[in-house]
Amino acid sequence: MHIPDGFLNIATVATTYVVSAGGVGNAVRIANKKLGEKQVPLMGILAAFIFAAQMLNFPIAGGTSGHLIGAALAAILLGPWAAVLIMSCVLIAQCLIFQDGGLLALGANIFNMGIVASFSGYYLYRMVTALLGDDRRSKLVGGFIAAWGSVFLASIVCAIELAVSGASPLQVVLPAMAGFHALIGIGEGLITGAVLSLVLATRTDLLELQRI
Amino acid sequence: MKLKWWHIALMACLVVACLAPLASSSPDGLERVAENKGFIDLAQEAPFQVIADYVFPGIQNEALATILAGLIGTLILFGVVYGVAWLLVLRKKEPA
Repeated sequence: MHIPDGFLNIATVATTYVVSAGGVGNAVRIANKKLGEKQVPLMGILAAFIFAAQMLNFPIAGGTSGHLIGAALAAILLGPWAAVLIMSCVLIAQCLIFQDGGLLALGANIFNMGIVASFSGYYLYRMVTALLGDDRRSKLVGGFIAAWGSVFLASIVCAIELAVSGASPLQVVLPAMAGFHALIGIGEGLITGAVLSLVLATRTDLLELQRI
Repeated sequence: MKLKWWHIALMACLVVACLAPLASSSPDGLERVAENKGFIDLAQEAPFQVIADYVFPGIQNEALATILAGLIGTLILFGVVYGVAWLLVLRKKEPA
């Protein structure tokens, strides 16, 4: 869902840059207060995993592929602000080194896949585990729903940005983006569930860290 | 030195990066929508290229070039985010 340059107009580019810069600044401030020594290796590992896993596009219907975003996974393990930090670093590196996602579109990409996906994933997970309880099964169900919802919501926000920019009318681009990403979200949910179940099987303590 | 959990996890991430040549080369969701709805031509090339499209430049074998790009990116992200997090902990401000 990395937006290239050319799809967004100047007003959308400027707005998303300002909002994302504010979001990342706030993430740094909060992490500076709350981040502990224990979370440091997990921050690095999640960034490394999200980068590597994002390269693995999996096929969905109709000659189309999708890949993990990873924001929900990071938000579940470390909290939404830590996830914003991790996703921003991944997206900045992808933009500057790998030419994936435009320079002008970086603000929008951080907003969609960093801020929107992290916070929606985090609160969906909290909601599901509050409703179903705190056992292994509800954590995995919560992880799947959080991951699916984070992709779905990010794609809707992306569609709105494209429509506002005049790339395509909202009634055309919104159902198309939401439709494809409802399918891609299933992959996101399965990968997130698999990683969570691995963490639950090997290092349950990583799920008990303070959320940032 | 005792092997810590994240040493093993980082190795696992590098293994994942080595699987990159197996990835589907079909357009992703956004590219598919842009093609179907006729606005893909708006996309502009990046003004500069470093390791464009996850293919390390100057290597004939594309699978190898992709794996190399993946390994470099995975290590850079681990290093940068570990470093940023470590700095934030080191220069910790007490909660107000």
